[in-house]
Amino acid sequence: MDLNTIWFVLIAVLFAGFFMLEGFDYGVGMLLPFLGRTDDERRLIINAIGPVWDGNEVWMLTAGGAMFAAFAQWYATMFSGFYIALLLMLLALILRGVSFEYRSKHEDPRWRNAWDWSIFIGSSLPALLWGVAVANIIRGVPIDADMNFVGSFFGLLNPFALLGGVMFVAVFLFHGAIYLALKTGDPVMNRAQATAKKMWLIALALVVLFVVYAFAATGLYASGAAYLPTLIAAVALILAGIFLNRGRTGRAFAMTALTIIFVTFTAFAGLYPNVLPSTLDPAYSLTIYNASASQYTLKIMTIVALIFTPLVLIYQGWTYYTFRQRLTLEHEMEY
Amino acid sequence: MDPLFLARLQFAIVTVYHWFFVPLTLGMTILLALMETQYVRSGDETYKRMVKFFGTLFLINFAIGVATGIVQEFQFGMNWSQYSRFVGDIFGVPLAIEALLAFFMESTFLGVWVFGWDKLSKKAHLAAIWLVALGSNLSALWILIANSWMQEPVGYTLENGRAVMTDFLAVATNPSIRYQFPHVFFSGMSTAGFFVVAVAAWHLLRKQTHVDLFSKALRWGLVYALVGTIFVITAGHFQGQHMVETQPMKMAAAEALWDTEQPAAFSLFTIGDMAKREDIFAIKIPGLLSFLSCNNFSCEVQGMNQLQAAYEQQYGPGNYIPNAMLAYWNFRLMVGAGTLMLLLALYGVWLMYKKRDFRQHANFLLFAVWALILPYLANATGWLFTELGRQPWVVFGLMKTEQGVSNTVPASWVLLSLITYTLLYAALIVANVYLLRKYARRDPEEESEQPETPAPTLVGAA
Ligand code: HDD
Ligand code: HEM
Ligand code: HEM
Repeated sequence: MDLNTIWFVLIAVLFAGFFMLEGFDYGVGMLLPFLGRTDDERRLIINAIGPVWDGNEVWMLTAGGAMFAAFAQWYATMFSGFYIALLLMLLALILRGVSFEYRSKHEDPRWRNAWDWSIFIGSSLPALLWGVAVANIIRGVPIDADMNFVGSFFGLLNPFALLGGVMFVAVFLFHGAIYLALKTGDPVMNRAQATAKKMWLIALALVVLFVVYAFAATGLYASGAAYLPTLIAAVALILAGIFLNRGRTGRAFAMTALTIIFVTFTAFAGLYPNVLPSTLDPAYSLTIYNASASQYTLKIMTIVALIFTPLVLIYQGWTYYTFRQRLTLEHEMEY
Repeated sequence: MDPLFLARLQFAIVTVYHWFFVPLTLGMTILLALMETQYVRSGDETYKRMVKFFGTLFLINFAIGVATGIVQEFQFGMNWSQYSRFVGDIFGVPLAIEALLAFFMESTFLGVWVFGWDKLSKKAHLAAIWLVALGSNLSALWILIANSWMQEPVGYTLENGRAVMTDFLAVATNPSIRYQFPHVFFSGMSTAGFFVVAVAAWHLLRKQTHVDLFSKALRWGLVYALVGTIFVITAGHFQGQHMVETQPMKMAAAEALWDTEQPAAFSLFTIGDMAKREDIFAIKIPGLLSFLSCNNFSCEVQGMNQLQAAYEQQYGPGNYIPNAMLAYWNFRLMVGAGTLMLLLALYGVWLMYKKRDFRQHANFLLFAVWALILPYLANATGWLFTELGRQPWVVFGLMKTEQGVSNTVPASWVLLSLITYTLLYAALIVANVYLLRKYARRDPEEESEQPETPAPTLVGAA
């Protein structure tokens, strides 16, 4: 494997980790107003992701930083091209991050209500927009000979991309509901379980629809590399529902995690060696070669990544172990 | 409107706003770690309550630092895509390392620290806050490596109109970072010191409850602030000298020095005419600028007019003079604030040394509360000076700011983002100040040691 491919794989791994981890945070945030009926229940829901959400968000920052370092042209074209969509996402993420910390620091119900809805919007908008972004990358966007995005914001909201967005929302809701079923006590646990059971078929239907649409209308399956990850994702998603219905919540969670990871791998496997296909002329597409940094920079970054990524995995894993306890209403709440 | 102007205004607003919350994090994580170390070593519960009290204030501040940092990570691609293409090979590297090495450590262990009081042993909990302190200061180091490379590019060649890295170590240890990092590190220390001093002083002045805790906190804050301020000034002095060597135009602008002087006088107050490039009114101390620039009272310091001529020869026609009025006043505000901070910290530590009861010195306490403005002023003006004084360059000598702006993003989009960021940031600062006031005036919690009910664990319950 050349360094360009290694970095393509690494970025795929970073996005997979980001969607898998932040996916349940987004799901929990979207479910907050519906599964938490009293103030205490809402606090419980927020505290269930309290110790980990910020560490999960850093996966996104690292993925962005890695794109900048390894494929600066991709970073520049995509971020300036998807400007309005990114702006909406950033505004949502700013609100969301502050809400967790501020919500319970003041008793006024109006104050808490406002922050609760900020968490809802701050979680659903990014979930939707990431789906839209990934679908647009698969589909390709108008890029001219100078690597400039020449489309419009509304052009990004095509039916395929919107389907991608809705699919992401549904999968994250499913993943988040299972997480809550696993991490909270009654009555939130039961409600989360019931929601998860409903979300399963919806998520499954949307994933199937997306795959069919992608097969018919995009080049995702042209090279054949995307078949295997799609299959794994589909099997995992089916198993998730089966485990859930048998009361094996832990295993169901492992399966939704696998689903998300392999949905992400599907997108990347189908793209390779492109990073952003052009719909104007395939020759204008950004690839892991014409968008990349120098071999020297890639080498340095590979060494850095090899040293620090395992360390991060070890200490983040340790955090999940430390906070493995189920949260109940009797516990002291930090948020 | 001009997209370049809007993009610059936006960068200034979001970065200065982000930077408004960061120095406190840099200094406070270390101070909290020191206080908690004292608690673990002595077992004195006062320190635990102190850590929890200031820890809450720190977290209210931290939330906005994190949220506004996300914008920073994305805005180079959004507003400065041509810049990102030009320097990606070099600039992206410290940014990615910052996330991988520092942000992960900082945010993961902060979660552990906040939620782990009852779950970890005292020592493990203490280790968590030390790792947060290490992480936040490492993040400062790497982002400053990126910024200082823009001030003084090294370790690259130009290939096909792009800067390509040839020497990673040279980039990571560029000459400018050796001055920038200490300056910023100690500015964080002095900011956190003055923050603790202001809150403790307010309690001693107004509430007079928990006198023991807040007297201790005041003393900790004063010593910390004094050390930080002495070193930020020392580092700033050497940084200024380095700047005279590498970006003489910035110093000339900072001093409103139109023509080369030998020996050069230090300006205390100047009103100049930017168009005619001359002074209207000025008070100056002879020889002092020479001393500040090169440690002797008679060396030559170059003026803007001469530098402009030299740069035109080197880089072609153009205007190489930054906005001298902004550079001049930002620099003076920073140095003025630093001087006041030094005096106040010295006086406070002297009172401490004389074992005076601070409650007898109401004037000092009142000053100490208001002095909280000073480090924030210095931090903001310091960066404005650094970045404005570098103009017209975005990367000194290599790329002008006007060449770096995104070429496909219309002005209306930049304007839209500028407006929405500004409105959201304004709303957040209201909530932030409201909560900070509420929690800063509250009494420190008495420890209520309620036994934890063991709950079923994740493993096995599934
Ligand atoms: C890693 C890079 C980096 C870092 C750490 C900073 N900046 Fe900077 N700054 C830039 C990279 C940059 C830039 C991308 O290079 C800009 C954009 C336009 C320009 O002139 O330079 C810039 C411009 C810029 C401007 C506008 C200059 C103008 O109008 O001409 C201001 C006011 C600041 N910055 C302020 C700051 C502050 C307060 C910082 C504190 C955190 C800061 N910068 C850190
Ligand atoms: C303009 C370039 C900058 C970018 C791209 C940037 C990026 C970011 C991002 C993405 C975060 C959030 C991380 C998290 O979730 O924990 C953040 C926070 C932080 N940044 Fe920046 N930043 C910039 C400037 C700076 C500077 C100049 C410093 C210090 C000298 C700094 C120090 C920090 C610290 C300590 C945090 C931790 C959170 C807090 O602010 O309290 N950053 N930054
Ligand atoms: C009174 C003595 C001080 C001197 C002589 C001084 C000197 C300087 C100089 C020369 C720069 C510009 C460096 C460059 O352009 O490369 C700078 C920047 C800066 N200063 Fe200061 N400073 C002083 C006090 C302070 C204080 C008290 C603070 C904050 C608490 C502060 C915060 C900053 C910051 C945040 C920057 C921008 C970052 C950097 O370039 O390091 N300064 N200072």
